[in-house]
Amino acid sequence: MDLDPTAAWNIEQAPHSDVVISCRARIARNIDGFPFVNRTTDAQNHELLNLSRRMLLGSELADELVWVDLHEATAHDRRLLFERHLISKNHMESKSERAVVISQDETLSIMVNEEDHLRMQVLAPGLQLEKVYHQINHVDDAVEAEIDYAFHDRWGYLTACPTNLGTGIRFSVMLQLPALRMTNEIDRVRRAANDLHLAVRGYHGEGSESAGNFYQISNQVTLGKTEEELLAEFQEAILPRIIEYELHTRKVLVEKNSVLLDDRIHRALAVLRSARMLGTEEAMNLLSRVRLGICLDRVEEINRQIIKQLFLQIQPAHLQQHLGQELSPVEMREARATIVRQMLQ
Amino acid sequence: MKCDRCDKPAVVHEVNVKHGVKHEIHLCEEHAREAGIIPSLGPEPINQMLTQFVVSQKTKKRKRAKSKKGCPECGLTFTRFRQKGLLGCPVCYEVFDAQLGGLIERTHNGGTHHAGKIPQRAGGSIDRQRMIQRLAKELDSAISAEQYERAAELRDQLQTLELEKPGNQDGP
Repeated sequence: MDLDPTAAWNIEQAPHSDVVISCRARIARNIDGFPFVNRTTDAQNHELLNLSRRMLLGSELADELVWVDLHEATAHDRRLLFERHLISKNHMESKSERAVVISQDETLSIMVNEEDHLRMQVLAPGLQLEKVYHQINHVDDAVEAEIDYAFHDRWGYLTACPTNLGTGIRFSVMLQLPALRMTNEIDRVRRAANDLHLAVRGYHGEGSESAGNFYQISNQVTLGKTEEELLAEFQEAILPRIIEYELHTRKVLVEKNSVLLDDRIHRALAVLRSARMLGTEEAMNLLSRVRLGICLDRVEEINRQIIKQLFLQIQPAHLQQHLGQELSPVEMREARATIVRQMLQ
Repeated sequence: MKCDRCDKPAVVHEVNVKHGVKHEIHLCEEHAREAGIIPSLGPEPINQMLTQFVVSQKTKKRKRAKSKKGCPECGLTFTRFRQKGLLGCPVCYEVFDAQLGGLIERTHNGGTHHAGKIPQRAGGSIDRQRMIQRLAKELDSAISAEQYERAAELRDQLQTLELEKPGNQDGP
């Protein structure tokens, strides 16, 4: 599998990209007439897969779609897709017959036979929630033209987990909040988000830690409001305040603590440029500091796009892909340090 | 003191005063029961107790059996749902409706009805249902805000929509 590190969702030039890395809209749908995936038989999984393939590749979206049978894909390819946020951890690890459909530019991905029959997402760099919402809505319409969804008058679109019920839509943003983390203000953000029924997760979603100061925030309520109301609430309730809070804290650090700030940024850069072995989390944390330095004009010689690419390229499957061979954990750390040194020269 | 009706010792002593005349009654346990002064210990109450016991056992069993009974479509039990957090099929939402309602409302911060997009294939009946829900909501707010003219308008609109429901079309 050949995937470009400068994928369309991973570019730096986007609205609010100094804080917002990427945004996403995801829709959960089930096909009428089948149990949910946790109760399907192997034969039904097979049928669902065939039906989805015919339907998706026959839809108006077809020209730009690539179909990947995950039960036949190698563990390496599945990991690669996971690292690029195109499939979930659950979809990467599951053993049953399942697939993912990806658009050429990787902004659209549709997981087939995940927790729900169809999990469709649109990704975009920076803060462009309106755009991703309109795109996913268009995809949903195109799919609905081909099949009947499981739908209930009162509960709306039926999903395996009642937490996704109703609209089945989740908006999320991947934020990088190094200043709030550095000043221990991040817990206030978490509390405020929880009060507003928003979930806060790490780089790889559910269960992942906030390595690299990445925080993924998403709405938890999906029932009782229209998609537009949910989007407006998500966009307006807290996001502008978090972005403002991070930017303000960065400014305060520059004004009142510039020596300490510069020390942390340049120390991180020095380690990245000199280390001979690097772990994933360590590299992500150091890259996050350098990125902060670039955003605040404390580091001038490095392009921010390179840092964004590195976040992806230092992930285990991407490193193996780059070197074209399987690596032991020690070789992996060595390869990671080498690629970082090369890119930051 | 002996029982008024036999030689056994009296255990119940009752004194009644009627028209200024004092009447004393002294009865043994057996005769007091007979007179209905202390409750009878006959076979009936024991039977009742036993029946209640048996019934309550049966009810418990029935209740347990009911909670073990799964969805007729996919076989999922509510216990299993509680363990896994996942329902098995669309029919589960109907079967476990009573147990799920409160849970769903809490999860969705008070959301109890779908208000978003509707599949085009679902037809106009859902649109009508949606409109009824929306108007009912507006009617509640109008009444709370004491906007009675607006409330009257909304009530008329609601009545019209209710009459248009498929089942009501042939009615008076």
